[in-house]
Amino acid sequence: MTRFLLRRFAQAILVLWLASVAVFLLFFWGPGPNQVARTFAGRLATPARIAQIKHDLHLDQPLYEQYWHWISGILFHGNLGYDYYKGQSVNSVVGQALPATASLVLGAAILWIGYGIISGVISAIRPRTLVDRGFTTAALFFYSMPTFVLGYSLIFIFAYELYRVTKFFPFESYVSLTANPWQWFVHLILPWLTLAMVTAASYTRLTRTSMLEVLGEDYVRTARSKGMSERRVVRVHGLRAALTPVVTLAGLDIGTALGGVIITEQVFGITGLGWTIVQAIGQQDLPVIMGIVVLAATFVVFANLIVDILYAVLDPRVRLT
Amino acid sequence: MSMEPEPTTTVLLEPEPVLTARKDIQGRSPWRLAWERLKKDRAAKVSTFTIVLIILLAIFAPVIAAWVGHGPNQQFIDIGLDSSGNPVPPSSTFYFGTDSAGRDLFIRVLYGARISLVVGVLATMVSLAIGVVFGLMAGYLGGVWDSIIARLIDVVLSIPFLVIAISVAYISHPGFWLVIFVIGVLGFTYPARIVRGQVISIKEKEYVEAARALGAGPMRIMFVDLLPNVVAQVIVYGSLLIPLAIVSEASLSYLGVGIQPPTADWGAMISDASGYYTSGYWWYLLFPAVALLITTLAFNILGDSVRDALDPRGAGIYE
Repeated sequence: MTRFLLRRFAQAILVLWLASVAVFLLFFWGPGPNQVARTFAGRLATPARIAQIKHDLHLDQPLYEQYWHWISGILFHGNLGYDYYKGQSVNSVVGQALPATASLVLGAAILWIGYGIISGVISAIRPRTLVDRGFTTAALFFYSMPTFVLGYSLIFIFAYELYRVTKFFPFESYVSLTANPWQWFVHLILPWLTLAMVTAASYTRLTRTSMLEVLGEDYVRTARSKGMSERRVVRVHGLRAALTPVVTLAGLDIGTALGGVIITEQVFGITGLGWTIVQAIGQQDLPVIMGIVVLAATFVVFANLIVDILYAVLDPRVRLT
Repeated sequence: MSMEPEPTTTVLLEPEPVLTARKDIQGRSPWRLAWERLKKDRAAKVSTFTIVLIILLAIFAPVIAAWVGHGPNQQFIDIGLDSSGNPVPPSSTFYFGTDSAGRDLFIRVLYGARISLVVGVLATMVSLAIGVVFGLMAGYLGGVWDSIIARLIDVVLSIPFLVIAISVAYISHPGFWLVIFVIGVLGFTYPARIVRGQVISIKEKEYVEAARALGAGPMRIMFVDLLPNVVAQVIVYGSLLIPLAIVSEASLSYLGVGIQPPTADWGAMISDASGYYTSGYWWYLLFPAVALLITTLAFNILGDSVRDALDPRGAGIYE
């Protein structure tokens, strides 16, 4: 077990390091230091001002020193850098955006996992019935639906067509939980639905497939033949084994959620991390982009790590190597 | 949708049921079996028909445009915009209405299909090419190569796709070829894994052993002996990547870093429409959105049926 953990942990660190190098090179080589400095200096840039900014951003140093400066700040001080564009630290930029993204992702995750598992289980215990067909068709439909198409459709239906009924329904921007819990909730209903519906499709299908497989196992037949009620068979024997892959998927999806929320945040004008990074890329605001990307990669890599470990702990059949 | 072959449809489809029954006795390859399962799948037929129709509409878009008499980027300032300069609704002149620049939305939706299909197919081909090479190397060479490629896949998957794509598009100049390049390169992970698995399962076979005994080098074994045996699988599974590439392209264009105006593109059109559709200009959003949805849906349904036909028990790309 210890060997497995160490090995897995080392892999995670390696991947994070490679990702940080990739991001660093992409952004520092891509636009080039002069262009970056000019962007930051604005229209009234003088050569002296540009030189000053290059110096402040350490853009005049060799590349490896710049990388070391950046990465050591993150590692030893938890400091993602300083955002010259907005005049505040990247940590505070991220700190302002994080609650919105977290609210969006966690709320939607509850919906998509809940709906996905329930619909998948119903489909699996009533295979090839009308209900099953309905759920699987819906899954395929929403899987094919681009996020922005669904988001705009929901806005159109609820905020425009049904406006008379849904007058109270706000469909734009974000209200923080601490400012007004009720407003926070109603503002997030449509974004939650959008994100949840496009994601839930995979859960319906995965739960259905894995449940069908488990219900065909010998031990389930044994349980049935000794007279166990179908309800108990499904709950005790079926769900437990069938949900392991679903748990894996949920861990990974929550880890990668940042990539998934970019469009949802864009459609609904939620000023979370996805929205912030799109803004930052538009302004070539390097420190913010790099900070958010590294943060996102860390989420993904650690979600992977936790899922792998949980998997090994939960499922005794997994061999630890 | 996992549809079991229904015996009644066999009878309906085959004119000579007795002959079919006799054929059953002959040994059939897995491909043949899959093809026969696919032929009985109604969803597969409908989606194939839809895809062929979309392809035809895309190919003949210039012909239809000439017939209607409206170019894709032609602005009709006088009749295509109302007195306050806003889009006009569908009519006998503009079947799908016009957009905010007074252009014919019907023609633009047709031209948008060209972009979506071409980007979808070319990007998938790029993904498959890279995926096959990496998959062959990881599977056949194993060891260090396998680890390096596995970590590479981890790194690519650890950074959100849209973030990489948007950044690359900003660093260099966004446009048609860059979109294909970005979606194609970042999409290699899935085919690479499929090929790796396939290669590992066949690399100990006698013919590979024989090739090695005859003195064939790793390059020859990978590309001459192994590749032909995985390529059919790769193409079939690769077709599942097309709808993903189409959605990715539309998303990039929606965010303004994909296909650049004035080229007609569904994602970009939806983005343009987002400022208008809640003020009564519903057609502006509806037609490109429905076109995009029908296209991805048709490809996904077909891909699903193909997968079910090949492997009735297996899990697919979504799981």
